[in-house]
Amino acid sequence: MGIPGARRAPGIPDETMASVATAGERTLVRRVSAMLFRHPKTKLAALLAAPLGWLIVVYLASLSLMLVTAFWRLNELSSQIERVWGLQNFHTLLTGAQTTPITLSSVVHSVYTVITFRTLGIAVAVTLTDLTLAFPIAYYAARLASSRLRPILLLAVTMPLWSNYLVRVFAWRIITSGDGPLQSLMRLVGVHYSVGASNWAVWLTFCYLWLPFAILPIYAAIERVPGSLLEASSDLGAHGWMTFRRVVVPLILPGLVAASIFTFSLTLGDYITPVLVGKQFFIGNAIYNLVGLASNLPLAAAFATVPVVIMAIYLTVARRLGAFEAL
Amino acid sequence: MRRVRGAFAIVAVLALVAAACGGKGSSAGGGGGGGGGGAPKAFSYDPSAQGEGQLSLIAWPGYTQKAWVKPFENETGCQVTVKYGNTSDEMVNLMRQQGGTLYDGVSASGDATNRLIANGDVAPINVNSFPEYPDVMQSLQAPAHNTVDGVHYGVPYMWGPNILMFNTDVVKPAPTSWNVVFEANSPYAGKITAYDSPIYIADAAMYLMAHQPGLGITDPYELTSDQLNAAVDLLKTQSGMIKKYWAVYTDEIDGFESGDMVVGTAWPVNQSILESDNKVPVASVIPSEGVTGWADTWMMSSHAPHPICMLKWMEYTLRPEVQTAVAEYYGATPSNTASCPQLNKDLGADAANYHCGDDAFLSKVFLWKTPLSDCGDSRGETCVDYSAWTNAWTQIRGA
Repeated sequence: MGIPGARRAPGIPDETMASVATAGERTLVRRVSAMLFRHPKTKLAALLAAPLGWLIVVYLASLSLMLVTAFWRLNELSSQIERVWGLQNFHTLLTGAQTTPITLSSVVHSVYTVITFRTLGIAVAVTLTDLTLAFPIAYYAARLASSRLRPILLLAVTMPLWSNYLVRVFAWRIITSGDGPLQSLMRLVGVHYSVGASNWAVWLTFCYLWLPFAILPIYAAIERVPGSLLEASSDLGAHGWMTFRRVVVPLILPGLVAASIFTFSLTLGDYITPVLVGKQFFIGNAIYNLVGLASNLPLAAAFATVPVVIMAIYLTVARRLGAFEAL
Repeated sequence: MRRVRGAFAIVAVLALVAAACGGKGSSAGGGGGGGGGGAPKAFSYDPSAQGEGQLSLIAWPGYTQKAWVKPFENETGCQVTVKYGNTSDEMVNLMRQQGGTLYDGVSASGDATNRLIANGDVAPINVNSFPEYPDVMQSLQAPAHNTVDGVHYGVPYMWGPNILMFNTDVVKPAPTSWNVVFEANSPYAGKITAYDSPIYIADAAMYLMAHQPGLGITDPYELTSDQLNAAVDLLKTQSGMIKKYWAVYTDEIDGFESGDMVVGTAWPVNQSILESDNKVPVASVIPSEGVTGWADTWMMSSHAPHPICMLKWMEYTLRPEVQTAVAEYYGATPSNTASCPQLNKDLGADAANYHCGDDAFLSKVFLWKTPLSDCGDSRGETCVDYSAWTNAWTQIRGA
């Protein structure tokens, strides 16, 4: 209960200056500040009240509301939510329909299983591609570039973030569409294929969008590796590849995992890119349609728990690998 | 199960109520349509009534442009605010917000209207109170998508067919059937497009109606679950040949101009824009199986806060000069035949695409309407409703 008083405290001197400065109010400020000094925990609570309140009310409360909704059901005739508890939404997710019994075949062919694995697949593909692309750039920037070139390189890496995300996605829509620059390039090398509105286009766009988020943590990790270790490795007769495999990778592993968290989670949650450059449904599109088209909030909430579970598993593994030390 | 039966009972009671007031509504003639004995009262337009000063609408983007809203505001003193709805489902949700007291009216398409009527969200309207109503096309005087058991629930605005559009450089010879977009051996596989909405299932059902008479489909919107499954199978076959589905009309225009799409269902406005852009040569046909189409209705909320302004808006939007202006801006066809001479004159060569006042054409169009569990014929309650259609659409699009 010392929190509101503490938050009022800084305002009091101004008020007292403006009005009549009585001795009593002066002591109140002194008393509060003395109290805060004696009780450091109260001070900490006053400091954290606002951000913690935000986290709990806005973030955790909405998340738990979503979880609760996942167990309710939709009355399909009136399109109203019925607050009746049940697992029917998860049954629908597993089998594709509420009336289908749970069998191996119905689970494998469930449209939601297919969408989940498609989304996982693209998230893994984007993560691997971005890590492969990011490492040489980060390594060059951290180890080989001159001190004048390094800030320019880092600026170039973050430059795309200056423009709006939608603008960049639309740019890729034009690049990948039929008769676009990419198809002209491919035709030059004899490939006659349009990647427009395919998962190839989605993969390319995602890789481009999240590349800066992969480069920066890896750059930070490589920068922290002492150069003397690399020299020692080569002194002991290790080739470049051996040094990379036995010295560099283990040391920057937390950075690699941190980068992968960004690329993986961002891909998992995005739904605008597939709409604009792709054709098929990803988890986000299915949820969007369940809300917008079918007004089926309970099923949408149930499906929304799938990426939450995937990320929980992913982050647990990442923590084991020490990724949070490199964030 | 008991819950479902209870809901059916409610629907049945609603239907009975609607039926009871139906007789009155249609026989009301020129007089003010007032239902008696507890039946919902049909609202009538009264030119001398003083408006409430406000009007709050839900509309398709492009339906409420300044060019024709401003004169309405000046004339009636009703200040118009508009919330745009991007899909029929969004419009239904908006209309039900705060018990239907938030908005006065909506420009509902046929796949939304019956849901609103069945749920009691919209009010009966005495259409004979509008001076322009006799000029409305014959097929839109009392269509199934806004008139239930003789009771009218709004006035028609714009309509249009979903035509088969193709790139004349690539698609040769000109198709005469929808088979170019549905059959597995289509020479244009990988360059086909389709409309991204559950209501597109009706296009597949209409195709099956002509090619698989054994299924016994009589109306593409009244499907039993076997018939729906057949349509879903056809659409899953099609899905592999689709380059990209279009939900917003500009998606199709971009796709045709880039060459990614060469054939697929389209609105007349898409063809008009492609022709005026003049980047790719396109043409369209009405295939032998027929076409689906949409017809939009201005409906009034049963709990409208400003009913007089809403009735004034309905009267205003029926006027030929307003209908012409909307049709030319939006690329749709007016419902009021009196607007056709001016429209055809303004459009010149494009006029043929619009079929203005062409009742023979419109009567062959399978206009969008909400699939309900009641088939509307002797089959009774054996059809699948719209929620089954949306589930089926997720199956098609997710696969």
